[in-house]
Amino acid sequence: MTEPGIRIRLQQSGPIPLDAVLDCAPGEVLALVGPSGSGKTTILRAIAGLQRVKHGLIHCNGECWFDGERQFRVETRQRRVGYVFQNYALFPHLSALHNVMEAMLELPVAERERRARDVLARVRLAGLEHRVPAALSGGQQQRVAVARALAREPRVLLLDEPFSAVDRATRQRLYRELAELRRELAMPVILVTHDLDEAMMLADRMCVLHQGRTLQSGDPYVVMTRPDNVEVAHLVGLRNVFRAGVLAHDAERGLTTIEWRKHRLEARLQPDFQAGQQVTWTISPGHLVLHRRDRPSRGERENPVSGRVLEYLPLGENVALTVAVNGPDRPPLFLTVPAHTARRNGIAQGVEIGVSLLAEGIHLMPADESRTPAKPA
Amino acid sequence: MDWSALNLSLKLAACTVLILLPLGIWAGHALAAHHFRGKAWVEALLALPLVLPPTVLGYYLLVMMGGTSPIGQFYESVFGRPLVFSFEGLLLASVIFNIPFAIQPMQRGFEAIAPEVRDAAACCGLTRWRTLWRIELPLAWPGILSAVVLTFAHTLGEFGVVLMVGGSIPGETKTIAIAIYDRVQAFDTAGAGVMSAALLLISLIAIGAAYFTASRTRSHRHD
Repeated sequence: MTEPGIRIRLQQSGPIPLDAVLDCAPGEVLALVGPSGSGKTTILRAIAGLQRVKHGLIHCNGECWFDGERQFRVETRQRRVGYVFQNYALFPHLSALHNVMEAMLELPVAERERRARDVLARVRLAGLEHRVPAALSGGQQQRVAVARALAREPRVLLLDEPFSAVDRATRQRLYRELAELRRELAMPVILVTHDLDEAMMLADRMCVLHQGRTLQSGDPYVVMTRPDNVEVAHLVGLRNVFRAGVLAHDAERGLTTIEWRKHRLEARLQPDFQAGQQVTWTISPGHLVLHRRDRPSRGERENPVSGRVLEYLPLGENVALTVAVNGPDRPPLFLTVPAHTARRNGIAQGVEIGVSLLAEGIHLMPADESRTPAKPA
Repeated sequence: MDWSALNLSLKLAACTVLILLPLGIWAGHALAAHHFRGKAWVEALLALPLVLPPTVLGYYLLVMMGGTSPIGQFYESVFGRPLVFSFEGLLLASVIFNIPFAIQPMQRGFEAIAPEVRDAAACCGLTRWRTLWRIELPLAWPGILSAVVLTFAHTLGEFGVVLMVGGSIPGETKTIAIAIYDRVQAFDTAGAGVMSAALLLISLIAIGAAYFTASRTRSHRHD
């Protein structure tokens, strides 16, 4: 049990059901993603010792913080966690400097101020040390919260939706700052977010949660494009989820062929599924290529399908298209294209278009009879 | 002007505040931080002096402290004199009838602190005492200040309970409110007027100072 990093196993049936298994190595950023009420914050609070959980284990750098079986529990103040709360929870009556100094009580008084100033300078707050939180902008408050969390040299850094309370421009700037800062951090970092793009940008690994259960962990790109099952596919926002049958594998060409609505589709080789087996498949938005109407385009011969545009929905710079493939009664294909591409190709409701489903992006999952494929929104 | 009565009232008010300040902080903090079965009943019991007629409260206090009650007998065996109609008896009554005025504003003060702020203090490694001293007391300060002022001003003005348990012994239990009543009974309206004006002024200054300090604290936090 002396391995570095943090290992978390939490189980309880109520009041908030949990069945979570998480690991995070030193210097690694793990994003916990899931819809509201999926238990993300509860897990973070349990790691900090702010929430009592019935069963499980929490080990940090080989040190036991919680063992449900032995009824052993280390108090929050002794766990050495850095916690950035959703609304920062700064001490409103104390200046930025004193907010940070409060987290450094183990240091001699004389050293506290010097170190607190250093930490504040590290998050670019030099010169604002004497302001109270209310006199700081949202982004500056977030930085004070990060500085306070880091001040104690924590063994794990916990970030609870730290970007949700700032405007979009500030958020973009804070993303860059956190990305820079994390290179210097040697402790495990656990980031709770419901924003998948945020997780993709900032995390080394991502863990999808639903109703307190950890469903899949891994590289964010892999989780987002190759979900383990239909539940994860829906949670990571994949809307194109369909049923198909496996026809054959071609190990030499690295392809698996499936049959979908009389189309033979070539997919990346996935030999775990046997020929003849029913599967569910999905494809991420980046692997759908719209055919140009004036001249052939890249990948046009790769799994071409055609269909009629059922719905044409402009969304700012993009257009969301709902396309009926093999008839309007079957679950449609969803794709998003840039608005200028849609205009140039004369796409409108009722128009017939061609789309390629890139083989690399076709991902097979076990057949899930309990869920019907996605329907038009 | 009955200086002895004014002096006694100020002394009674100060002693009541001194006793209720730590008790109120403890009880207000505990009620704000914990949820337990029967909490509503505990809160109702503590608020009871607000709604009971002073004479009813005074009657029960008189019974509670009388020579035949365990408290009265215990006091008399230790100090050799009865608790009722003494300053100490008056102080005990004053503490009891001021409980809601002390605890409720403090409880509201502690309740106004966001729970995450306490969580953040724990994550920073602060002990309970340091959290109380550095975080909770300064944040609950406006509530604590109102409690102090309300208790002080309310003690100065209390009449019914004082009359029931203290009587009107000059220098011992005759407070300024009783003295004013005595003067009116004796048709000395000028004397009653001076003392009433003094009481009005003291109360106004105390409440005004509390509001001023509270608004200063609030504006400082929103600089």
